[in-house]
Amino acid sequence: MATRANDFALKIGTVNGTGSASANGLLMQSIFRMGVPVSGKNVFPSNIQGLPTWYEIRVNAAGHVARTRRFDLVVAMNPETYARDIGELATGGWLLYDSSWPLARELKRSDVNFVGVPFAEMCVKRFKGGRKRILMKNIVCTGVVAALLGIDFEIIRTLLEETFGEKKRHLLEANFTAIDLGFDYAAQRFDCPLPIRIEAMEANRDSVLIDGNTAAALGCIYAGATVAAWYPITPSTSLIEAFTAYCHRLRVDEASGKLKVAIIQAEDELASAGMVVGAGWAGARAFTSTSGAGISLMTEFIGLAYYAEVPCVFFDIERVGPSTGMPTRTQQGDILMCAYASHGDTKHICLYPKDPAECFDFAVRAFDLAERFQTPVFVLSDLDIGMNDWVIPRLRWEDGYRPDRGKVLDAAALEGMDAFYRFMDVDGDGIPYRTLPGVHPKGAYFTRGSGHDKYGKYTEDEEEYQEVLDRIAVKIDGAADAVPAPEIRLHPDAGYGLVTIGGCDGGVREAIERFAEEGVHFDYMRIRGFPFSEEVAKFIEAREVNIVVEQNRDAQLLSLLALEAGVDKGRLVSVRRYGGLPLSASGVMDSVRELLGLPAGAAPAGIAEDSKGPAEETPSGAPDSVEVGA
Amino acid sequence: MTHIAKPRVFHPGLEKNEIGLTQRDYEGVVSTLCAGCGHDSVTGALVEAAWELALPTHRVAKMSGIGCSSKTTAYFMSQSHGFNSVHGRMPSVASGANAANRDLVYIGVSGDGDSLSIGLGQLCHAMRRNLNLLYLIENNGVYGLTKGQFSASADVGAKSKRGVPNEQPPIDPVLLALSLGATFAARGFSGDRKQLVPIIKAGIRHPGLALVDVISPCVTFNDHVGSTKSYAYTRERFRTAVEAAFLEPKDFVPSADEITAELEPGGVRDVRMHDGSFVRFRQTGDDYDPTDRDGVYSYVRERVEAGEVPTGLLFIDPESRDLHEVLGTVERPLVDIPFTELCPGAEALDSVMESYR
Repeated sequence: MATRANDFALKIGTVNGTGSASANGLLMQSIFRMGVPVSGKNVFPSNIQGLPTWYEIRVNAAGHVARTRRFDLVVAMNPETYARDIGELATGGWLLYDSSWPLARELKRSDVNFVGVPFAEMCVKRFKGGRKRILMKNIVCTGVVAALLGIDFEIIRTLLEETFGEKKRHLLEANFTAIDLGFDYAAQRFDCPLPIRIEAMEANRDSVLIDGNTAAALGCIYAGATVAAWYPITPSTSLIEAFTAYCHRLRVDEASGKLKVAIIQAEDELASAGMVVGAGWAGARAFTSTSGAGISLMTEFIGLAYYAEVPCVFFDIERVGPSTGMPTRTQQGDILMCAYASHGDTKHICLYPKDPAECFDFAVRAFDLAERFQTPVFVLSDLDIGMNDWVIPRLRWEDGYRPDRGKVLDAAALEGMDAFYRFMDVDGDGIPYRTLPGVHPKGAYFTRGSGHDKYGKYTEDEEEYQEVLDRIAVKIDGAADAVPAPEIRLHPDAGYGLVTIGGCDGGVREAIERFAEEGVHFDYMRIRGFPFSEEVAKFIEAREVNIVVEQNRDAQLLSLLALEAGVDKGRLVSVRRYGGLPLSASGVMDSVRELLGLPAGAAPAGIAEDSKGPAEETPSGAPDSVEVGA
Repeated sequence: MTHIAKPRVFHPGLEKNEIGLTQRDYEGVVSTLCAGCGHDSVTGALVEAAWELALPTHRVAKMSGIGCSSKTTAYFMSQSHGFNSVHGRMPSVASGANAANRDLVYIGVSGDGDSLSIGLGQLCHAMRRNLNLLYLIENNGVYGLTKGQFSASADVGAKSKRGVPNEQPPIDPVLLALSLGATFAARGFSGDRKQLVPIIKAGIRHPGLALVDVISPCVTFNDHVGSTKSYAYTRERFRTAVEAAFLEPKDFVPSADEITAELEPGGVRDVRMHDGSFVRFRQTGDDYDPTDRDGVYSYVRERVEAGEVPTGLLFIDPESRDLHEVLGTVERPLVDIPFTELCPGAEALDSVMESYR
């Protein structure tokens, strides 16, 4: 095989609870530090210990980050999933496995290379104690993979030192021993590096490796959020955990050592929503972070906040539904729910980030929009964006930023007024003035979720009720031009539109590039906010065929476009991938080919995704493994 | 329902408090509850207590859920912000508001349906959280707005207006509060304003959640013979466990017999509040220590078992640590911190980014 540097994918199959996460992170980070674009997808079970878990790393010099469905190197450390893992190897790829025990004959494939390393034996000889042997096996494995891929060994050692440092010297020594053990074993026995390899680049000079939940948490801190209420739920918990950790670093009052933030772990999602509404009403920038199951519980309060016009921000880190669904898998199944959450006529501002950089940016924008429009705002991220590490341009802050608090009357303004009416539209944009409790006696009003007139008084009068509800509709419609504009990329020869949302971006844009190599071109539009702006409708109306790619069964984005963008539904066709794994370009391409009747394309250079394996059965009598360079 | 503002015509001779306000300044719109409803008496007690404490009206936030009780926040202190939220969820809204602005006086009004059924979870956790909130339950044993169904505080054997007995055991908010570690638990009766006003005043000043269960009869659906939440039944079974008076620091004169007569009827014990005010407990006839959680629990349970309605400022924890103390938040209300002190700035972000390299 010809050398293929910085363009391959590998997959590591282990058992969860064995420390594999830190070993995987080490590998990922060392590739990042070599300046090579890389993406990692953690495919993990909803479990603490003992179930299969995978980590997929894609290395791509061109910066493609979407998941691949075929792998050039599979590290099979979990016998339970050998068959599946071996089946996902591309022809000509490598299988690294623990040769302490023989591999069952039926698992063999003649079109791939088997690389056996007796990890368990090596660890038993070198380390004492069952737990340590299990943990170190993954580090030994990382050493082998580093040698096979030509990863700079010094970088790995530096990373280990940064992780353990002086405080955990004994752990550092053990890790050094393990990593050397693996590296030396591979270097001595195999022809390292393999044709698939890492070669140092300079692509990451201005980048960071960060997950979306951490980026969103930083966005909340920078936006000036002071109240966070939450209830633990995968995959959103790490957002609040990051927020908490950074508040203890960035939000401590120097004089008193106390916190300039209140973070409350509530008894359930109903209560966390209630706290956010209460805090928003009192004048704080407040948010909660949850997943779809939590939004279901919060809808009562979302309706109240909509009707009582209370600013508040909801992060929905989507996971697979309905019901408990698959808590550790990703989906975009909450698009419709968030757009209309709660009973009665409600409609909400939604933002759809595509990666951690937008999680940071949209977090800040969400608070501005919530206060400007005095309404709940949703940021719909997902498990893939929120919990996986992404290479993004380093986050920057503009010190000139000032929060948009919207129409809030202060004591001086109230003092000069004859009377204040909370729900009166005085300037035609549908947005009334609000007051905060405790500021001035003239600002007092009664907030309620029951029918009220524009003066804030209880009403059961049809006209008074409708007047308020109609004004709120005007207000929310007005947000269409304030939400992030769609990302549009046009090609002069495009015959079709490809429309998508959020984390589908990587897979869809890679598909467009690969179709371009076949001479088929698409215009691209990624929706970033709801209500939809004019631009969205214009894009769709200008094309006969718009393929809407999204990750849910029922084509929720397509439905929302049909309902809300005022476009001809006949121009919209659907591509949906919703099994819970991040979108792959090949998955998009398969569906688009089928839809448009395009011929199957040539296998693209680099990624061997379209190859089919396992190949024919291994003839009997074949050697146990085909080792490279042994 | 209507919204009727009371005429703003004041009698010139009305007494003013130390900030120059009359009781009329603490009133709200005209109540639309049934004539004779206990809740209106509780509203009256609240007005009196707030006036006596000379609360600046705009520094008070009135919180409620849904139900007859929750409507009453409109009937007092029109110059205060009010939040009539959703059924059973007042505690969480109050928690969020309090987290944002710890300097306001929070008065939460709820009912037995709102607090003991749909909102039981929120009530329990609000007590655990111990936010600084006066939490009044206007307890009448029935759902009024939906016309007379039993609530979770209805006693076994109590009869509905149609004569159907209740079979399920009641939830006693005071016992619940004591068992959950609440730092202030009291029971009053809407028919006894003299007892209720000092309890409300102490509850407002208490640094933490002050749970006040007020038996407040429903004249329309639960004031008949066979009811255990009627005026007649409550008056007959009413028992004052301990008398409590609220004393401002300026009015406080140490009691001479404080130490010696603690257990004697008529003996006095002063408990100092966080802000320097005092609650003066006067023994009635029972051997009673309002700071002994287990003792109070046993007493209340025994008296309830005996068919009585034990009342008074039943329990107080002078060491109460409120939500903010536990969270470790700054003294200044979070809403008052300028943005420039909240945003760490570009340089700090650069330094954070270094750890993701």
